[in-house]
Amino acid sequence: MSRQSMAKAHKKIQELAWEPLYHEPVSHYGTDYTFQKAQKKDPLKQVLRSYFPMQEEKDHRVYGASDGAIRGNMFRQVQERWLEWQKLFLSIIPLPEISAARAMPLLFRTVPNPELHNGQAIQMIDEVRHSTIQQNLKRLYMNNYIDPAGFNSSLRNFQNDYCGTIGRQFAEGFITGDAITAASIYLTIVAETAFTNTLFVAMPAEAAANGDYLLPTVFHSVQSDESRHISNGYATLLMALADESNHQLLERDLRYAWWNNHRVVDAAIGTFIEYGTKDRRKDRESYAEMWRRWIYDDYYRSYLVPLEKYGLVIPHDLIEEAWNQIWNKGYVHEVAQFFATGWLANYWRIDPMTDEDFAWFEDKYPGWYDRYGKWWENYNRLSVPNGHHPIVAEDVDYQYPHRCWTCMVPCLVREDMVMAEVNGQWRTYCHEACRWTDVEAFRPVYQGRQTPNMGQLIGAREWETLYHGWNWADVVTDMGYVRDDGKTMVAQPHLNLDPTKMWTLDHLRRMPPLQSPNVLLNEMSPEERAAFHANYVRGGPAGRPARADA
Amino acid sequence: MTTAPERSVPKPVFTDAEAGAKVFPDSTARRFNYFVPAKRKQTHYEDVTVEVQPDPRHYLSQGWLYGFSDGRGGYPLDWTVLKAWGSDRPEPTRGPGSGGKGYDWPAHGWHEFRDPNEEWELSLYRYNSNVVRQVTQNVEAARQAKAFEQWNPNWVRFVERNVGAWMHVDHGLGLYLFANANRRAPTNMHNNAISVNSMHRIRAAQDLALYNLTLSEEIEGFDGAAHLDAWNNDPAWQGVREAAEALTGVDDWCEAVFAANVVFEPLVGELFRSSLVQQAAPRNGDFVTPTIVGAEEYDFSERDLRYTKAMFSLLTGDREFADHNKAVMRQWLAAWVPRAIAAARTLQPLWSQPDSKPPRFEDGLDRAKSRFSGIVTDLDLQTPKELAK
Repeated sequence: MSRQSMAKAHKKIQELAWEPLYHEPVSHYGTDYTFQKAQKKDPLKQVLRSYFPMQEEKDHRVYGASDGAIRGNMFRQVQERWLEWQKLFLSIIPLPEISAARAMPLLFRTVPNPELHNGQAIQMIDEVRHSTIQQNLKRLYMNNYIDPAGFNSSLRNFQNDYCGTIGRQFAEGFITGDAITAASIYLTIVAETAFTNTLFVAMPAEAAANGDYLLPTVFHSVQSDESRHISNGYATLLMALADESNHQLLERDLRYAWWNNHRVVDAAIGTFIEYGTKDRRKDRESYAEMWRRWIYDDYYRSYLVPLEKYGLVIPHDLIEEAWNQIWNKGYVHEVAQFFATGWLANYWRIDPMTDEDFAWFEDKYPGWYDRYGKWWENYNRLSVPNGHHPIVAEDVDYQYPHRCWTCMVPCLVREDMVMAEVNGQWRTYCHEACRWTDVEAFRPVYQGRQTPNMGQLIGAREWETLYHGWNWADVVTDMGYVRDDGKTMVAQPHLNLDPTKMWTLDHLRRMPPLQSPNVLLNEMSPEERAAFHANYVRGGPAGRPARADA
Repeated sequence: MTTAPERSVPKPVFTDAEAGAKVFPDSTARRFNYFVPAKRKQTHYEDVTVEVQPDPRHYLSQGWLYGFSDGRGGYPLDWTVLKAWGSDRPEPTRGPGSGGKGYDWPAHGWHEFRDPNEEWELSLYRYNSNVVRQVTQNVEAARQAKAFEQWNPNWVRFVERNVGAWMHVDHGLGLYLFANANRRAPTNMHNNAISVNSMHRIRAAQDLALYNLTLSEEIEGFDGAAHLDAWNNDPAWQGVREAAEALTGVDDWCEAVFAANVVFEPLVGELFRSSLVQQAAPRNGDFVTPTIVGAEEYDFSERDLRYTKAMFSLLTGDREFADHNKAVMRQWLAAWVPRAIAAARTLQPLWSQPDSKPPRFEDGLDRAKSRFSGIVTDLDLQTPKELAK
């Protein structure tokens, strides 16, 4: 920065904005919120003269560390268990980042405050930074880690894998629908303010514990931009709160955004941190402990609750319910178990759990072994092909779950599953909050109020439907998850790279065909469907079918 | 003797998980394999850019998941009337047993665009940091050398009003045309290039604003608010303002970028910067302003125009829709060239304001028209008859 003070410089650039005299800027995006023009300040007063050199300096550090990691042979100490999950994470995350860049224009015409537009434009280019720096990290992993499979096909795989589809909500939710719902409440107020803490702070710490110091280098650099984005969201939120008529929409959007972020981010990051680590020190924080600190205390109690004094209705019940899901209902464990059940439909290798892992889980989550231990022992037993099927087609006391139409994570906490008939189709939901999102929130009328700008849930939202009746070998071939010998699968349920221990398409060919739970559900008579539902909600935990005598 | 308790820290473990440690299927497959590079070898730029923004026509098997209120999601191709080959093919339909395969990559011609500047985060921060450092140093050196004392009063008035007024063009187009358009294009390569263009304009606007602030501090009687009066009230600026506002009102993202970078910038932007400010400043004792304005000139001529030409050349040479695209662009030229010429002509009084005059306005306009004709010809379009006005 030159001799001019930042405050003076920032004040000066406010002179740049002008009111149109001859033509209005195009208005591409709508909102049901109403805003009064207000001189809400951009609290971070960013000026490009200082911004660009600051980012360049951050780049120097990131790329210097990258060089150091290669020259220092970091990959001789990286845990494969950890890096394998990065094949999923780093295939997902560049899209949410770039989507956040694309989301910023949604706010230009809907939030009448030019000072905030300046901050939003800087956020736009920050997000371009994040997306490409993360792609670059993935490229580095592909080039230097022992197994490039899954990194090398990353962006094709992400687009056709069901896990990628789950993760894509964390991107598409930013860029469509009501402009404020998407680009402000979902993106900045909830995703960035709450969940980047676990994404970009908690997870990198775990990476470092697994010998990977590049992920922390890149993601802490990313996170250092997030505070500015959080300020953008906060300023917009305060403007929205100034109009009483927005409160009903804010309440709706906070409920949707909170619950969806919990379902998606906790599923993925919880699994990476708990099941992707080899660090089993007893005093290492569990995901639940991290969540309690970063999200419950730092976000909910310190950020959200104080907003009540401005009239914001906080979804206390859903925040407590998210904690209930993580702590009492084993949400993260159920998800990890499902990912491992469906290992063959993915593009990374999932390491079996060991006795040391079991002991850690039991210590952190008392009762874990009784719920999940036996299943993971079966996973271990069935990990190397030896005349049996992959675990999904073996009898291991696990009922393949139905998928939630809204969040697309399966209905894993069986007792919470609800159903609804929508547009002539029976849909299953993992929780009442997800049913509400589809059936009530994403509709053109909400609680009797016209909401013509609200978005829609669209797309082929149950992955299994696409492959109903297909042989698994054809499914994996269709998705392209095959290595360069034309038969060995990218995914494996173990880390052994001995080709004789790896699963191939030939092993899958013998399996029964894939069945879509949703197609089957819709083929049932009403009585069969009711009986199915009654039975399903008696199942679990750990995916166990309902006992006949229960 | 005391012993400290052992700290609880993760232990380094030798895992031998580096490339080449074992041989197995895919052990040497170290290239992104989901796209075809533009040249023989894929570039670093392509690796960090291509396919980040998905497309239901090739790999996105479950389609877009969230839609606007009309049920449309993602990046609809008809957000511009221009078309690339394959644009008219329907999206694959999905249902029970449909599988997930779409068209072979790239499915349509939009994905063939590559930014010749190869902009990604490393390049854009390096470039813009260099610019702001150089601009800051230039201004600081001039301040220390008391260079502003050489300016005659008329030139001071010229800079405070007219050089200042241009910041509003940069800001308005940077935010409401280019940043806005970064949500509109169907590929990541387009949208990234457009977002970098946006930052060039916003940075240039701030460069001028902060220069204006320095001059307010350094030159006694320099009116730091005169640019607002010029922009809001000076008839000489209202043609430019009308054109700039019209540009921010364009619905079609391709038309907006085309009108701004193919028409407005060569005919108005370069005319103002290169044929007026850069020429008049040295004659009036000002060696500083050209270095600031010159930075923006370089942004446009060497980078923003470069990607723009690559983007539209692909469309005018499209194997399926070249004729359609050229016809549309001819209409855009017919609509925007008269507007740009009118804006340029309303600026004409500025040429007579400095004490030492720049080369004649008509000479500058001829030069701008010649430059514009060259760009249009490069795009395989004909110079529109409206240019003669």
